Amino acid sequence: MSETSTGTLSVVVERQIPYPPEKIWRALTQPHLIEEWLMKNDFQPVVGHHFDLRADWGAVGCRVVAVEPNRTLSYTWEAYGLESVVTWTLTPSATGTHLRMEQAGFRPDQQQAYQGAKAGWPRFLAALEQLLARTD
Amino acid sequence: MPESHDLLFKTLADPTRRAIFERLCREGEQTVAALTARAGVSQPAVSKHLGALKQAGLVLDRHQGRQTHYSAQLGALTPLIDWTSQMAGFWHSRFDALEDLLKRMDQ
Repeated sequence: MSETSTGTLSVVVERQIPYPPEKIWRALTQPHLIEEWLMKNDFQPVVGHHFDLRADWGAVGCRVVAVEPNRTLSYTWEAYGLESVVTWTLTPSATGTHLRMEQAGFRPDQQQAYQGAKAGWPRFLAALEQLLARTD
Repeated sequence: MPESHDLLFKTLADPTRRAIFERLCREGEQTVAALTARAGVSQPAVSKHLGALKQAGLVLDRHQGRQTHYSAQLGALTPLIDWTSQMAGFWHSRFDALEDLLKRMDQ
């Protein structure tokens, strides 16, 4: 059991960046700039907009969830049948911007097809973690 | 993430299939009939899900007389368990690329 897989399934990366939020916001939201550091895309900063991030190995399907210029950007991230949510938070600091990216776990299932079991992703993964902890 | 994860994740993306797998994890080896008895779906549907789980390496089947017993293979889950560390590595490298871009951008 790896250390990072315990608790909630989310990934957080934070960095102090020596540039103002406005400049970072451009890099996060303008397609030709996004392509330079992330992937080819047809992004638009519009809530509900569907876009793809494309790389040699395949594509990530995304949908814009939240846009608050220079402060917050959030979109779904679906690859390999798993949907997660990526949220960027920009906070001005004395030396520039505190940039935070959180990719949060798996979307709970909308429906439950199997009677007597609640197998939504979060519960499923929690159950597996318990099980794997016992079998160590 | 490598393409080999594709099948595993797609297989487990189905909630019914995931529930069957979870039941095998929790309760140990079971027959199709036993799984069907508590499922909200037909035996052919359960068999189809078990076939998909087997193809992804998530279950093993064992034939005994006319019965087939299925058991969960936890080792096949490693890529899923490693998801967070893999994504963390991906994002750290993207942050590096983002910082490089910011250096090159006009103010």
